[in-house]
Amino acid sequence: MKAFNSLNALVCPLDRANVDTDAIIPKQFLKSIKRAGFGPNLFDEWRYLDHGEPGMDNSVRPLNPDFVLNSPRYAGAEVLLARENFGCGSSREHAPWALEDQGFRVVIAPSFADIFFNNCYKNGLLPIVLAADVVDRLFAECEANEGYSLNIDLPAQTVTTPDGTAFTFDITEHRKHCLLGGLDEIGLTLQHADEIRAYETKRRASQPWLFA
Amino acid sequence: MTAQTLYDKLWASHVVREESDGTCLLYIDRHLVHEVTSPQAFEGLKLANRPLWRKDSVVSTADHNTPTDHWDQGIQDPISRLQVETLDANIKAFGALAYFPFKDIGQGVVHVMGPEQGATLPGMTVVCGDSHTSTHGAFGALAHGIGTSEVEHVMATQCLVAKKSKNMRVSVEGQLGAGVGAKDVALAIIGKIGTAGGTGYAIEFAGSAIRGLSMEGRMTLCNMAIEAGARSGLVAVDDKTIAYVKDRPLAPSALQWDAAVAYWNTLHSDEGAHFDAEVELKAEEVAPQVTWGTSPEMVVDVNGRVPDPALETDAVKKAGAMRALEYMGLTANTAMTDIPVDVVFIGSCTNSRIEDLREAAAVARGRKKAANVKQVLVVPGSGLVKQQAEAEGLDKVFVAAGFEWREPGCSMCLAMNADRLLPGERCASTSNRNFEGRQGQGGRTHLVSPAMAAAAAVTGHFADVRKLEAV
Repeated sequence: MKAFNSLNALVCPLDRANVDTDAIIPKQFLKSIKRAGFGPNLFDEWRYLDHGEPGMDNSVRPLNPDFVLNSPRYAGAEVLLARENFGCGSSREHAPWALEDQGFRVVIAPSFADIFFNNCYKNGLLPIVLAADVVDRLFAECEANEGYSLNIDLPAQTVTTPDGTAFTFDITEHRKHCLLGGLDEIGLTLQHADEIRAYETKRRASQPWLFA
Repeated sequence: MTAQTLYDKLWASHVVREESDGTCLLYIDRHLVHEVTSPQAFEGLKLANRPLWRKDSVVSTADHNTPTDHWDQGIQDPISRLQVETLDANIKAFGALAYFPFKDIGQGVVHVMGPEQGATLPGMTVVCGDSHTSTHGAFGALAHGIGTSEVEHVMATQCLVAKKSKNMRVSVEGQLGAGVGAKDVALAIIGKIGTAGGTGYAIEFAGSAIRGLSMEGRMTLCNMAIEAGARSGLVAVDDKTIAYVKDRPLAPSALQWDAAVAYWNTLHSDEGAHFDAEVELKAEEVAPQVTWGTSPEMVVDVNGRVPDPALETDAVKKAGAMRALEYMGLTANTAMTDIPVDVVFIGSCTNSRIEDLREAAAVARGRKKAANVKQVLVVPGSGLVKQQAEAEGLDKVFVAAGFEWREPGCSMCLAMNADRLLPGERCASTSNRNFEGRQGQGGRTHLVSPAMAAAAAVTGHFADVRKLEAV
């Protein structure tokens, strides 16, 4: 997993509530057995004017000029600014894979759906919850100022606007540690293999029907 | 000892270790695996040369990509076929307690197959790379969806890294009216608390109306917990739970049965247990529900009207409602019963069990598909559900009504296979999500119960199933 420390990057505003993971990456792209290459199909049904299918040359497809991601002004954005309940619906990890593959490292929203929120951390993508009025302010500033960038500092847990206003965000120690180090969580858990085995032995004795 | 909720008990009994920030290693008893969210996880194991920690925890089937007709021709789409064959190969290489491949009689939607096989038991932790894993909470099991990285993590360690959620209780007291079922209750709850209302919570469904539901009904309700934002839904164990589990292929043996039942009977919230949030509904006030928009919270009674966004005061909500009406091709204040449908889909992990098919067949019996309805798909949840329905003659009822009787799978719930809506088509669907494009790009989904879907099929528009004229 890519480590995350700090970032000063362009912000792309996606001004819709309840953006679901079906919208982030439509189902036909879930047929892939690979983990990479989903970026060009991020928000496929909003981003292109035609119907997308796996295997198409996305570089020649007609773009929807009204979709924010296609605006030259936001090209190269690494911070996605979103509305409440971002990432709701399907548990597909292809959603954070697609965001990460497109180049996003941070999503800021007033709230996230639980499964999506959790999936982000496994992929070096930092989801940040800020209060709704702060997010309103960021939307207004982003839309008013071309080239609007935010500074994201994970060690300090702050989001800082160009005028120097800093907003703090919460993250668990465990997630922060894993993101900062880009750590393999399975490797970390396997350091506790003896405890897992001890738990399993007890469980096998008390609930033998759970073991074949 | 302090009074505990059912969720507290399930959580505490699975904690292997806890960090100072509350992050836990949670032991996983059952891992359900399907073809879409597992290939990258198996690939990860191979790359790191890691085995499955406990292969007897894995129960698997192929469901999302499988076709629902012409099974003799196999899977036509080469990309779908590769994904299903990849699952076959991975299960062969890594092992599993049970596997129900494409065309096996036990194959079906993973959340129908699990309980049906006895792979889901009370008191278990159950995970699957699918958000509708909440379904299994109907058995007093702690069940929720996970992403593919977590699928790999559970495969390699038998644990999840997780933090405890908060407790919410949704109580539904009283008796549901005739023609009103678990799906209507689920949609009414989501309409009340919103699609993010349960975010951060495990929801326990309680009250006399919930106790009155069959296991199939409880599964429908817990299935939709995720549409209310809650990763897990729960219902306490009672005699219905235990009767459903008894004699299932993977249920405890006769020797272990009494001990298992004694434990299962402790799986309920204690008197006086603390819930962080409480929601109450009166069963008598729940009418048949129909969604009008592109989020499950955009829902009204069938006798209601499409809401007017002009009356919405919240700017973000107003914009969402206007966008939804445009996508759905609807005008504010239209009576729901005046909206014609093109396609009807009866199936999905929400509503494809035998009781759902009986409910739809009861409406279809002696009636015909309306002329304006192009297609009515009935997709049983598994090969065993299909077999049972055919033994009861339900297939003949559907076919006589002009409905199509298909092979089992996820089908048009998410339209990964060939079953999908065309742009602009309007569907009365028993599935769980009415998101833009969910059932096919440009398709317009209205979520309803099986009885209401059948009523729409025979009348050609949304209709109050309680008011259908007798045949």
